[in-house]
Amino acid sequence: MSNASTAAPETMQWDSRARRMVLLWIPLSCFLLILLFPFYWMTVTAFKPDAELYDFATHNPFWITSPTLQHIRKLLFETSYPSWLWTTMMVSVGATFLSLFASTLAAYAIQRLRFTGSQYVGLAIYLAYLVPPSILFIPLATMVVQLGLFDSPMALILVYPTFLVPFCTWLLIGYFKSIPYELEECALIDGATRLQILRQITLPLAVPGLISAGIFSFTLSWNEFIYALAFIQSSENKTVPVAILTELVTGDVYQWGALMAGSLLGSLPVAIFYSFFVDYYVSSLTGAVKE
Amino acid sequence: MDATTSLHWSRNRPPQTALSRFFDNKAVLIIACLLPAVGLLSVFLTYPLGLGVYLAFTDATIGRRGIYVGLENFEFLFTDPIFWNAVFFSVFYTGIATIGKFGLGLWLALLLNQHMPFKSLIRAIILLPWIVPTVLSAIAFWWIYDPQFSIISYVFVDVLGWRTTNIDFIGSEWPARFSLIAANIWRGIPFVAISLLAGLQTISPSLYEAALLDGASSWQRFRYITFPMLLPILAIVMTFSIIFTFTDFQLVYAITRGGPVNSTHLLATLAFQRGIPGGQLGEGAAIAVSMIPFLVFATLFSYFALARRKWQQGEGND
Repeated sequence: MSNASTAAPETMQWDSRARRMVLLWIPLSCFLLILLFPFYWMTVTAFKPDAELYDFATHNPFWITSPTLQHIRKLLFETSYPSWLWTTMMVSVGATFLSLFASTLAAYAIQRLRFTGSQYVGLAIYLAYLVPPSILFIPLATMVVQLGLFDSPMALILVYPTFLVPFCTWLLIGYFKSIPYELEECALIDGATRLQILRQITLPLAVPGLISAGIFSFTLSWNEFIYALAFIQSSENKTVPVAILTELVTGDVYQWGALMAGSLLGSLPVAIFYSFFVDYYVSSLTGAVKE
Repeated sequence: MDATTSLHWSRNRPPQTALSRFFDNKAVLIIACLLPAVGLLSVFLTYPLGLGVYLAFTDATIGRRGIYVGLENFEFLFTDPIFWNAVFFSVFYTGIATIGKFGLGLWLALLLNQHMPFKSLIRAIILLPWIVPTVLSAIAFWWIYDPQFSIISYVFVDVLGWRTTNIDFIGSEWPARFSLIAANIWRGIPFVAISLLAGLQTISPSLYEAALLDGASSWQRFRYITFPMLLPILAIVMTFSIIFTFTDFQLVYAITRGGPVNSTHLLATLAFQRGIPGGQLGEGAAIAVSMIPFLVFATLFSYFALARRKWQQGEGND
């Protein structure tokens, strides 16, 4: 770009187009290819009959010659896949609502009802996000057993907010910050109570923030693995990620077709959800980092 | 006339019950608002954190409360080569994966920061590996790394003819380690790229114009404008990435489960294996607790990066 400035205009144009090809489009295509290939491979495998799956010599492995639904049929009718999906859905929705409720109130208190030490409460909640599940699952497992919640999806609904609440609270603090405080002052002067202000003025304005926090919580709960693996034992209460890994992997011969079909079906809900709310995802991801 | 006005007024006032007055008290309201979040976090995060540290000093097993045994668990672990191997691999995994993720992620962010058609579509596609459940994409990698039917081996052996035997991805020590790191980098690139892209977009174009006028080369523009301006956000994203890579569980558990011969155990997978299926809760907790010093270090790093950023922007503490 800049070092081509001495060349003649036409050469420069050609030169910059070639440069752009080499510096932008080729690396970008490589990135896209590598980032998407596992999903393509997952999809292809899920629809391939076993005969093609294990015979690279006569069938081109990159393509399907005779697509089949046998793996998906096996998954839906010979395993308890529908009940795993249902459990995961219930747990994700429950945990999302619980954390949204808790974090909206907390974010409102920290950002709008400023009090002595509110920033320290905010910092403490931020620090809570830095505590990874990997160091909590053993003590939590003993607690879950003592509370009598072992093997119950309720345990997951109660535990998931530990990583959802800090994230949502930070996201919503950022959102509340962007709502003009004058609006609340006007309402206060008009004699509205604090709760009325929260319900009728702040929350309606914060709906985009609530949607961002909600879809993020849903996705994170759907993807959670270690707690679900440690707290749930019976097959029908398992969540999709755990069930695929522990129930479909049987013996030494892996049913790759069914495994890939399960992974594909388990990824689809979040992928579809994601495609509807891409902008919210990107803005909340970047917003949370910037906060 | 006066009486009717006051009647009118009082009828229009919002009903003030004792309950609503109680909730309008600021102190009460603050406590009520903070209670759900703080309560949940104290019961399910702070308490278990303390309980975990306590368990590390007991010989608890599943179904038995355990008694205080002092440093016995740690003494045992310090003589256990599998533990040291897990420490080594956790550090190695975090180090190499972080370098890979941030190198490639920064490159991708710089590519995405240019003008191009279908920008938002490309950005949406790039986040996909991060959205899909890690375990499910890890299973896809497991299949890609299959010893017999690996598609990568197929390309190298049958299509390109560069090798005569299949690549042994997860059957032996070092290839398995690098295969896991590759899968982790694959999963981490989107998050890094999109976060850094957000940072790149906040850099004012006038800085680049000024640099162009001063005759700066594109490397100089990157080195003296892009990189320093990106540093605060880079520090935060890197802290998160380091913490969650160091304590990673899903990828390793899904692809190798710590094998072959315990060579790819991370501290988290080793803690799980000893603690839950093995039943040695005390020992598992001790392994988990030994991750804490590292996490404290990373968190302090994050805190000072944040403080530095505020100072740079000239903001007060708000």
